[in-house]
Amino acid sequence: MTEHVDKGRRQLLTAATALTGAVGAAFAAAPFLASWKPSARAKALGAPVEVDISKLEVGALLKVEWRGKPVYVVHRSQEMIAELPRNDDRLADPGSQASDQPTYAQNESRAIRPEYLVVLGVCTHLGCAPMGRFTAGDAELGADWPGGFYCPCHGSRFDLAGRVFKGVPAPTNLAVPPYAFADDNHILIGQDKSRAA
Amino acid sequence: MANEATSAANGGGRMQALLGWIDERFPLTQMWNEQWGKYYAPKNLNNWYYFGSLSLMVLVMQILTGIFLTMNYKPSAAEAFGSVEYIMRDVEWGWLIRYLHSTGASAFFIVVYLHMFRAMLYGSYRKPRELLWIFGMVIYLVLMGEAFFGYLLPWGNMSYWGAQVIVSLFGTLPVIGSGLVEWIRGDFYISDITLNRFFALHVIALPMVLIFLVVAHLLALHEVGSNNPDGIEVKKNKGPDGHPLDSIPSHPYYSVKDLMGLAFFLILFCGVVFLAPAFGGLFLEPPNFEPANPMQTPPHIAPVWYFTPFYAMLRAVPAFFGTQIWGVLVMGAAIVLLFFLPWLDRAPVKSIRYRGPIYKVGLALFVVCFVTLGYCGLKPAVEPFKTLSVVGTVYYFAFFLLMPWYSRIDSHKPEPQRVKYHAH
Repeated sequence: MTEHVDKGRRQLLTAATALTGAVGAAFAAAPFLASWKPSARAKALGAPVEVDISKLEVGALLKVEWRGKPVYVVHRSQEMIAELPRNDDRLADPGSQASDQPTYAQNESRAIRPEYLVVLGVCTHLGCAPMGRFTAGDAELGADWPGGFYCPCHGSRFDLAGRVFKGVPAPTNLAVPPYAFADDNHILIGQDKSRAA
Repeated sequence: MANEATSAANGGGRMQALLGWIDERFPLTQMWNEQWGKYYAPKNLNNWYYFGSLSLMVLVMQILTGIFLTMNYKPSAAEAFGSVEYIMRDVEWGWLIRYLHSTGASAFFIVVYLHMFRAMLYGSYRKPRELLWIFGMVIYLVLMGEAFFGYLLPWGNMSYWGAQVIVSLFGTLPVIGSGLVEWIRGDFYISDITLNRFFALHVIALPMVLIFLVVAHLLALHEVGSNNPDGIEVKKNKGPDGHPLDSIPSHPYYSVKDLMGLAFFLILFCGVVFLAPAFGGLFLEPPNFEPANPMQTPPHIAPVWYFTPFYAMLRAVPAFFGTQIWGVLVMGAAIVLLFFLPWLDRAPVKSIRYRGPIYKVGLALFVVCFVTLGYCGLKPAVEPFKTLSVVGTVYYFAFFLLMPWYSRIDSHKPEPQRVKYHAH
């Protein structure tokens, strides 16, 4: 028997044991952290919705719930569509380069058919639901207001194509969800033409 | 007579024996003496020193009323709003328990803000109490989380959209943002799943963390000893018994004083609970009397008053470089800065009594700025509140970030050797 204590060996063993324990703790933590992800049921509820637009009047807004979020369908008048390019100078992202939309909606009117705007009613700032303020020169929003969406939470403004104005908290245009025209009177929200086929 | 006296003495003797029996097995007397009974605190503690014990009282009340609320509350999107109405209307005294809890939330922040302001008045965060201050700051952070999770539970429309906005703050983080938000919500929107997990965090996880932190805060306080309105260390002048000359044992002196403070607090508190529990829409916001509606944001959305100073800062910063993370960072930095207060303050004296005009004016303006920010945060994002929020945010940061310089060049009065105290 020797009184000698090999400190180096002791430290190595302590460190190795601690490391093994830490790896084990990390593996044990993984299921708990993963349990916070959307469950199978939550994912299954994200199915597409069909909207009947045959009774949607010109200048009216239809709110549809898709994946728990409001989707706005707006029947735009010809004047509204003609007015859109005039906003370009005052917009943060007029060409929707930095914004979120399917490629088929990355155009001047941000729509498959210019008369029907389909956007997520979720402000790109912090997720409030912007309100439709379609009258140009709205009393509260000023004489130069061209008509569009106004977010009551933090004052973000969007035009009638859901494009964000400069100098407001929201960084990007309202997102366009994947959608397709099932026929002339029905829009399928949450599903592309490509996948519907 | 003689018999009664003897039996009383015997009763006392039996109690003593029981205490002795316990003390041999558990350090009961020792803990009492160390943490309160023979904890010597400066004798000049003034009215500002009520808010620590009041915070503890409110915590106890929140836990008690919270336990009774969970006995009738249902944490599901379909039933939550209705179960709160059920508590209000059908459960015997349910309205009282619920109003005590909802008023208690606001009262908690009132006493905690005043408690923190006391520390700023008398330099209580300065060496050797830095860690005490940091424990306190962590308590404040956890308390904000606790209040936020609790606010979703009634499942009113303001609960819903408030949670939507705050959870979306995490979505501004680059790369991980959107995944993180989905992970927090457990769904693609604030849903039943989110409500259920916020309930678990509100009633189990965070209260346990809070209790643990409060114990740490008190242990740290009783280790370093209390500061006092003169900001001098009473431990420098000790008497022959080893206790500071300017200190008195907490029991009975501060037991009695704190009970008096509690009585006064309860008068005001009960006034709100019984006469104005919504407090003009400040403590219970009007849109929250409607059930959550994922399709309709309330026309004017504002958090509860205790978050509005930081909310005003969030709104004061515009988006640039295609992201609006800057407002979130400013809001976060406003809280992180407070952690560093012990090291930002370089004044040679602690208490406002001996500090110079720069700090006195600076602190007064800071109070004005904080209240103004709070007011702006309650208002819509229009002028003049937009400009006021920007000015307030700039001042808030200037107050802390310039402190290392102005606190050094400020003039100071000499500190006394002993605390100033006039017997009543």
